[in-house]
Amino acid sequence: MSTQHSRSAARLMISPSVILLLAWMIIPLSLTLYFSFLRYNLLMPGANPFVGFENYTYFLTDPAFFSALTNTLVLVGGVLIITIVGGVLLALLLDQPMWGQGIVRILVIAPFFVMPTVSALVWKNMFMNPVNGLFAYMAKFLGLQPFDFLAHAPLASIILIVSWQWLPFATLILLTAMQSLDSERMEAAEMDGAGPLARFFYMVVPHLSRAITVVILIQTIFLLSVFAEILVTTNGGPGTSSTNLTYLVYAQSLLNFDVGGGSAGGVVAIILANIVAIFLMRMIGKNLDA
Amino acid sequence: MGRITLDKVAKRFGEVEVIPPLDLTIEEGEFVVFVGPSGCGKSTLLRLIAGLEDVSGGQIRIDGKDATETPPAKRGLAMVFQSYALYPHMSVRKNIAFPLKMAGMPEDEQKRRIDNAAKVLNLTDYIDRRPGQLSGGQRQRVAIGRAIVREPAAFLFDEPLSNLDAALRVGMRLEITELHARLKTTMIYVTHDQVEAMTMADKIVVLRAGHIEQVGSPLELYRTPRNLFVAGFIGSPKMNLIEGSEASKHGCKTIGIRPEHISVSATEGMWKGRVGVSEHLGSDTFFYVHDTGLADDMTVRVPGEVELKAGDDVYLTPDMEKMHRFDDSGLRLS
Repeated sequence: MSTQHSRSAARLMISPSVILLLAWMIIPLSLTLYFSFLRYNLLMPGANPFVGFENYTYFLTDPAFFSALTNTLVLVGGVLIITIVGGVLLALLLDQPMWGQGIVRILVIAPFFVMPTVSALVWKNMFMNPVNGLFAYMAKFLGLQPFDFLAHAPLASIILIVSWQWLPFATLILLTAMQSLDSERMEAAEMDGAGPLARFFYMVVPHLSRAITVVILIQTIFLLSVFAEILVTTNGGPGTSSTNLTYLVYAQSLLNFDVGGGSAGGVVAIILANIVAIFLMRMIGKNLDA
Repeated sequence: MGRITLDKVAKRFGEVEVIPPLDLTIEEGEFVVFVGPSGCGKSTLLRLIAGLEDVSGGQIRIDGKDATETPPAKRGLAMVFQSYALYPHMSVRKNIAFPLKMAGMPEDEQKRRIDNAAKVLNLTDYIDRRPGQLSGGQRQRVAIGRAIVREPAAFLFDEPLSNLDAALRVGMRLEITELHARLKTTMIYVTHDQVEAMTMADKIVVLRAGHIEQVGSPLELYRTPRNLFVAGFIGSPKMNLIEGSEASKHGCKTIGIRPEHISVSATEGMWKGRVGVSEHLGSDTFFYVHDTGLADDMTVRVPGEVELKAGDDVYLTPDMEKMHRFDDSGLRLS
């Protein structure tokens, strides 16, 4: 299979899909780059003059930018912490033999199948609504003042909603990893005098490290671009308190009709995402080696 | 230290009784081998002693103290598992140190014991490697090292050599026996390989379906197997068991004769047969003899090299002194 001839034939055969995928990536990217250097506002049709880095200057000096940046990082970090800690604990629970294990596992996975807009609306209207929501009802039942989650703790509420969606994913990956833990190794640790806590920290956590790495990498990719949950709940507000970078780019280009500014924001977001990726790979990527 | 007594110990998994109540005493410093075919309950019995399984009835005493309800870590026993069960994310040193660290032992005492174990087991050269970088035999030694640093009352081995290749197995067998001679600690060793049992044990416990079939020294079991099962299980190649008219001539249901207790002649003898397959080991030659009218296949072991071709007629003569006789229920008639 690896003669000179078959190898060149193989390259020829895969080239159409490689070229297609490359074009798929390179054309939108270069168009975004191109737009980001133009004064291009949909409210001012006509000439779109080249303005150099003006769009970038505006975007980076926008006071909303820094709050969006911190919001993005807090959102990603918060959801990662909740889903991984919760996921490990849930996986530990689900790994215990119990009656109806199959059904319980399917129920745990269920939130992952609910699309983000729907789950955000369910949370907004059925749980967090200060008049009709379940939480308000519970607060009133206990004689407390209902708390308006989305008005007073918008970012925390969004973190809660997004965590609820991603917890099943983390649980699923960590559960499969936990099931591959050798039972003889746990018994050996037990005979070596390790109690339940020591077994958890010395055996289970190191065994899960690679799965946790995978969960962090995959979730980070998706969490950097959380959008639907913000759009249907808070619209980035109040003010900019729940605006993340994705939402800021959307607001810039489609609410302010400033395509040039939005493109500049998109490019900034790409660069920031890559910085985050480099840090992640540095910190935890070594766990993925053999 | 290291006398273990099982008093009517039984184990049931739900309805299934894996081990009916059995009594057994393991003396201090003894090397005891549990041997039996797979599924005979030997590993379960070891796990009961270790405390990894709960007994369904009876009592386990270690050095006279009731340990039936004691958790595994508190029994003072160390176990070597079939899969070695090393901790892959720790270096060899940390693997060996783990039980000491869990016991909260001071650092310098830990270091002294680890260095000592590493020297005894020739682990010094790769003490800082991970288990994944070691060969099977080296991993086995690390697992033993992790057991000996605890200075336990007894060692429990659960088929520790079954993942090694044949040459390494012979070497490790010798090392474990030497270790026992040096430490003089009680060892309980589980295997399905009767050669390991014969070569290593002070005392062999033959198990079948949870029952103890016979307890005794290797040669006792070889010379006077108590029943047909032990007769067939101990010894390699297996004993020839003959039923029918030839057996009734000796006043019993079954007679047994070991392959090494039959002499072969091309011209005259008691039983006539035809040579089938022959296996030439150099030191010995095994013949499988057909058409004797006694059993399907008679196995014969002849020392040295013997030239007999497949299809040749051959005469077999058993050594009457060394014949075993068994009654209708399979028990030995002396």
